[in-house]
Amino acid sequence: MPIIPPSSAKPEYDVAIVGSGAGGGQMAMTLTLAGLKCVMLEAGRNYDPRSETPMFQRADQAPLLGTSTPDKVFGFYDATVDGGWQVPGEPYTQASDKFDQQFLWWRARMLGGRTNHWGRISLRNGPYDFKPRSRDGLGFDWPIAYEDVEPYYTKVEQLIGVYGTNEGMENTPDSPPGVLLPAPKGRAAELLIQKHAKKVGVPVIPIHRAVLTQRLDADNVPQKLFPGNAWAQKIVADSMNARAACFWATSCGRGCSTGANYQSTTVHLPPALATGNLDIITNAHAREVLVTAAGKAAGILFIDKTTGKEERVKAKAVVLAASSGETVRLLLNSKSAQFPNGLANSCGLVGRYIMDTVGTRVTGQIPLLENLPPHNEDGAGGDHLYSPWWLYQQQHAGKLGFARGYHIELGGSRGMPGGGDPLPDDLANGTYGSAYKLAARRYYGSFVSMACRGEMIPNDNSFAEIDPTVKDAWGIPVLRWHWLWSENELKMADHAEKTFADIIEAMGGTVRRSGTRLGIGIEQGGKIIHEVGGALMGSDPKTSVCNKWNQCWDVPNLFLSDGTPFPSNADKNPTLTIMALAWRAGDYLVEQARAGKL
Amino acid sequence: MNPTDPTARLPRRVVFKWMAAAAAAINLDGLPAFAGDPATGLPPLPAGTKGYGTDPKLMTSYAPGDVWPLTFTADQKRTVTALADLILPADDLGPAASELRVPDFIDEWISAPYPGQMKDRELIIPGLAWLEIESAVRFVAPFPTLTPAQQRAIIDDICSIKRATAAFEKPAFFFARFRGLASGAYYATQPGWKAIGYVGNLPQATFTGPPPEVLARLGLE
Ligand SMILES: Cc1cc2nc3c(=O)[nH]c(=O)nc-3n(C[C@H](O)[C@H](O)[C@H](O)COP(=O)(O)OP(=O)(O)OC[C@H]3O[C@@H](n4cnc5c(N)ncnc54)[C@H](O)[C@@H]3O)c2cc1C
Ligand code: SF4
Repeated sequence: MPIIPPSSAKPEYDVAIVGSGAGGGQMAMTLTLAGLKCVMLEAGRNYDPRSETPMFQRADQAPLLGTSTPDKVFGFYDATVDGGWQVPGEPYTQASDKFDQQFLWWRARMLGGRTNHWGRISLRNGPYDFKPRSRDGLGFDWPIAYEDVEPYYTKVEQLIGVYGTNEGMENTPDSPPGVLLPAPKGRAAELLIQKHAKKVGVPVIPIHRAVLTQRLDADNVPQKLFPGNAWAQKIVADSMNARAACFWATSCGRGCSTGANYQSTTVHLPPALATGNLDIITNAHAREVLVTAAGKAAGILFIDKTTGKEERVKAKAVVLAASSGETVRLLLNSKSAQFPNGLANSCGLVGRYIMDTVGTRVTGQIPLLENLPPHNEDGAGGDHLYSPWWLYQQQHAGKLGFARGYHIELGGSRGMPGGGDPLPDDLANGTYGSAYKLAARRYYGSFVSMACRGEMIPNDNSFAEIDPTVKDAWGIPVLRWHWLWSENELKMADHAEKTFADIIEAMGGTVRRSGTRLGIGIEQGGKIIHEVGGALMGSDPKTSVCNKWNQCWDVPNLFLSDGTPFPSNADKNPTLTIMALAWRAGDYLVEQARAGKL
Repeated sequence: MNPTDPTARLPRRVVFKWMAAAAAAINLDGLPAFAGDPATGLPPLPAGTKGYGTDPKLMTSYAPGDVWPLTFTADQKRTVTALADLILPADDLGPAASELRVPDFIDEWISAPYPGQMKDRELIIPGLAWLEIESAVRFVAPFPTLTPAQQRAIIDDICSIKRATAAFEKPAFFFARFRGLASGAYYATQPGWKAIGYVGNLPQATFTGPPPEVLARLGLE
């Protein structure tokens, strides 16, 4: 992708954007198609999925059969470059030495950020999810309602391409007719779970994922997305035409060289660059937001990682989309005489109320799935079916003992063997030789797993702050994490584990592993990598960092377009909402710019 | 304990006698080598051995030995080959492990500078030494040269962690891990896919879900 060195940056831009993932990518596209001149700073290297994605490479062509190592945590072929739970030269610290009070911080350092390898699960928040406090008295309401975001959910789905169905279920919104792409058929294990989960009262329906089960309608969709702007329509149509449909093979976690799934690098950045209004500087680690004497954002001070030198870009407005933790870090490190507690932090809430997702998992072995006739189940490179939260009524009636819901991500095991031991010792049962090979074949594909992805309620004990002493390789102060799950989350995880065991038993199977390896019944904070919050949006500057337009109260030309403004973290994975809000905030920013208000 | 290196220049007959004596002396159960203590003679990784880093080239095809040097001596390689082929022999389902480079993958694995692999190194190398000592003690010959019946006599004692008697407990852990590594490698290959029943990694025009006979088997029509 065309990238400029810091020396080629223009003297001033309309907008400087930090981060090139879901939030930064959407923002860049919205702004550049509206004619604003933007510069994007990305801490990682340039990355081109079209030429760098190992689509059909097999495990036996990779070191260590492609299995996980500390260098490539999700396996050799995973799209993540220079990222992981630890990033060399960029430490973070923990306030507690107890692992259940620590936050595991996943960071990607590459153009496109985490969107190159994310799971592509794209669920809308429902109406309840924007007003959780009004429903159960816990956490915070959003200053916006589902109706405010709905048009943008629709636009994002049309732009990125999302498969799924409309099932008319409670707080699980339908999309307007014709917006979703056809859902793929279920795989054997998914269909079997669907059938038997019903006995336990758990509905299983097609999931929504950002994968093109058919090509986007480039002749009609761009007009809907950019009415009246023929130039934008043409650019977006060209970009849509450059994306192929899914060919039902390979794992989306490696990325997609044909652009058949959503990643910022194939969907958002190419059209933004095609406008001619976007300059991207990679290996550019933002350190501080520059401010004017009048207290407005003026640009970004960043480290050019290729030279180690400090550089500056100037802009009339600044957008931060570096992921919750990094955006918080940037704000808190941007101290000045006007902003002694960090930027946009007069309320003292920057870094507070960071949330992840409640995670736990149960795996089972299902005799019915043994020795199935071999058949191709690669499918759409990720989940086809899932269970949305289904117990709203029981919960409302006070029958569950915990607040908020979880959805179930479920699946079988007929995927490409990935170099791991296919047969646990107890099932190998002392065999070797042909008897062992028969056993491996018998049990292959007979394992199922169910994962809980549930809503965490923000709490006072889960936050990030600047570590008073530790600095990264460039001398920038790092984050120190505080974490605590509340009883509510632990009870939810218990409920999920019991439900999953019931489903496995209903299938005639046995539970093989229940819960997390930690023995605390819930995954460690951060482990599900749905980090949001840290700069809540609200309707009162005293109790929130930004307003309903992702715009900082204290600094009106500073916008946050990642997950930081989330006042709650519904069980619906956050990225679709991040993009919808980024588009919405982008439209508002454009209006403000046109009205000369920035 | 590594029976091969220090004795490489001795006649085989002498070596086996020596190994038998050594094995008898330590009574085979509390085999110190299984403790993974550096004092047991586990060869260290060559100085400067590095992992592939956080941004390796993904579009090239790698073979064992391409990224870090391998470990096994010729004798160890023969032991590994014999054991891997005993676990994954040529049969109706597919070729033998050694035809699919399984011994090389195991070598690459136990030579890698990552914590998980280093732990396996501390199990696999002493385990191979144990296997050779056991062969020498029982049959006065190296494991690879034993008859299939003799090989099975040893492996039957260690092939299940649950059933192994106390004396064979540690070797049973070695065997379980060795089998896991060998079959992980075996089934990662295309002939391995066929053997286990994986079909895929091929572009398709459509995805039609499971075939009718699968749906019928599962009661899903
Ligand atoms: C394995 C995995 C699976 C996931 N699955 C799903 C899923 O199925 N559905 C879902 O909704 N979400 C999923 N997520 C989460 C999803 O990836 C994130 O919500 C999404 O990428 C957030 O977008 P973002 O733009 O806020 O951040 P990112 O995508 O992380 O992008 C932030 C970018 O900012 C850059 N940056 C950071 N700091 C600086 C700095 N100081 N200066 C310059 N640049 C900086 C980073 O290098 C990065 O490229 C998954 C994540 C992972 C890791
Ligand atoms: S499954 Fe489809 S969308 Fe996913 S990587 Fe493969 S071709 Fe691309």
